Amino acid sequence: MSRSWMRLRSLRRSAYRQVGNLAKIVTDVVCPFCGTLCDDLEVALDDSGEKILEVYNACAIGAAKFLHSQAEDRLTRPQMKQEDGSWKEVTYDEAVEYTAQMLIDAKKPLMYGWSSTSCSAQSVGSELGEVVGACMDNTATVCHGSSLIAVQDVGIPSATLGEIANRADRVVFWGCNPAHAHPRHMSRYSIFPRGFFTGKGSKSRKMVVVDPRRTDTAKMADIHLQLEQGHDYELLSAIRVAIRGEKLPKTVAGIPAETIYEVAETLKSGRFAVIFFGMGVTQSLGKNHNIDIAIAVTRDLNDYTKAAIIPMRGHYNVTGSGQVWGWQFGFPFCLDLSRGFARYNPGDSSSNDLLIRDEVDAAFVLGSDPGAHFPVGSVRKIAQMPSVCIDPHITPTSAVSKLHVPVAFVGVEVGGCAYRMDNVPIETRKVVEPPEGMLTDEEFLTMVLKRVKEMKGAA
Amino acid sequence: MPEIEINLISGRTIDQGVSMENGKEKIAYRNACGIIELDAEEFKKLGAYRNTNVRVTSEFGSVVVKAIQATQGPHPGLGWIPMGPWANAVVDPNTYSTGMPTFKGTPVKVEVASDEPVLDAIALITQECL
Repeated sequence: MSRSWMRLRSLRRSAYRQVGNLAKIVTDVVCPFCGTLCDDLEVALDDSGEKILEVYNACAIGAAKFLHSQAEDRLTRPQMKQEDGSWKEVTYDEAVEYTAQMLIDAKKPLMYGWSSTSCSAQSVGSELGEVVGACMDNTATVCHGSSLIAVQDVGIPSATLGEIANRADRVVFWGCNPAHAHPRHMSRYSIFPRGFFTGKGSKSRKMVVVDPRRTDTAKMADIHLQLEQGHDYELLSAIRVAIRGEKLPKTVAGIPAETIYEVAETLKSGRFAVIFFGMGVTQSLGKNHNIDIAIAVTRDLNDYTKAAIIPMRGHYNVTGSGQVWGWQFGFPFCLDLSRGFARYNPGDSSSNDLLIRDEVDAAFVLGSDPGAHFPVGSVRKIAQMPSVCIDPHITPTSAVSKLHVPVAFVGVEVGGCAYRMDNVPIETRKVVEPPEGMLTDEEFLTMVLKRVKEMKGAA
Repeated sequence: MPEIEINLISGRTIDQGVSMENGKEKIAYRNACGIIELDAEEFKKLGAYRNTNVRVTSEFGSVVVKAIQATQGPHPGLGWIPMGPWANAVVDPNTYSTGMPTFKGTPVKVEVASDEPVLDAIALITQECL
């Protein structure tokens, strides 16, 4: 090993290194955008260590997140909406007071989001929700909630992404488009890496994509099943039939029987098959039943080879939110704490159903943007009630809320634990200081919790 | 003026993700998400040029977006609006007791609305909700 190479390697290993006299590079940075939770980013800082100059190794979305955190027009203090619709800057103390009072006054507040923040902040939020008797829900409710229901129904044979990189030679992307939604998933874990048993990288893998659109992911596939939208259950069922070698009709979900037999044979002949699935199955009609049968396909494949199935989780720590609530309350989303103990009943205790049926009377949103990602009927309800939005960005949710509390970016300005889509916990890294005087999610939640306890006389 | 009926789906695009992280109040977010992607066949049926503003209407709502040529197509019979307030103005909110709105597979009607503007995210949500 040459000396210069060793030096380079030791430089890369140090978490914080100096490049010439110009920039400092923070290494091994974890990207707080999607559930892939890439942990190999490098961020160049200016000489003062306060300004991000460049982000290396990240996808376009991850880089945008780091760079936007330094935007000059960023809000750094809470804002309260006035009668005339204008915004007035208030102090964090006033914001804590409003939030605490709102949660105390509400009979049944909705506390939603929790996916773009750290596990420790989620944990403080859980205590707060318990004290005020809230309905708590995370973004799984509009993402992989269907998958969580299915897992509770039938279990899940799964694996970590490290196993996939090293072993999987048959990779299915069902109703997901990682080329756009998880841009580095294929290069880090699923298609291109040269793993221990997958030494030829993409050449040692067969890739099957199931999508009604010819997506950029589908264009890379060995086999693209361009099914009729919403007919996933039928096609998955047909694959089970084909795996067993039974007779199929001429076409199922618009796919010819011979193609379905080919896919079944491709999957059976592999040494390790994995199905990654996304919103194409969780948000189409059938919902949790689509996932039930996708899991059944995985179980069937295990009669012939090794097979696993993994949901392509969206927010970087939506998985962590499910984990935290799982160990604290026993359920991963749709929590109703209003009776003093945890109830779980999707369809009843889920955010959109609660909002549409007027069953909550205040909205507390942290680490998510229902204003942009809930059907507009639900957003209308949030706009009509006392509401607080805790988010570093200006969003449609902040626009319809009564109080907007900007906070530091987790994974950029404060560290904290997050769970990757395969349930592996990874500690995110602080790269720069937040703007002066700005609170983190956890600090704000802790202050609100303290104030709520004081108001309830429980401090 | 002709109108077409199609099946609407939504989801992430890389432009949606990047513009979202750069600020949802910015015009780039509107340009990335205030669109509907249609196949060439649908443009023919609609009798419209590419990049024409259209009104998309379902039984749950109505929104003006710009119709563009499908970037990840063809996808016969499908329209695509990237996830965001524009798609959510028309999607099927029914959860059928799962908690999950039916974001994919909403029947919609598309008609030319070249005189109507595509609102930015904050203006759209303000108009819809306040």
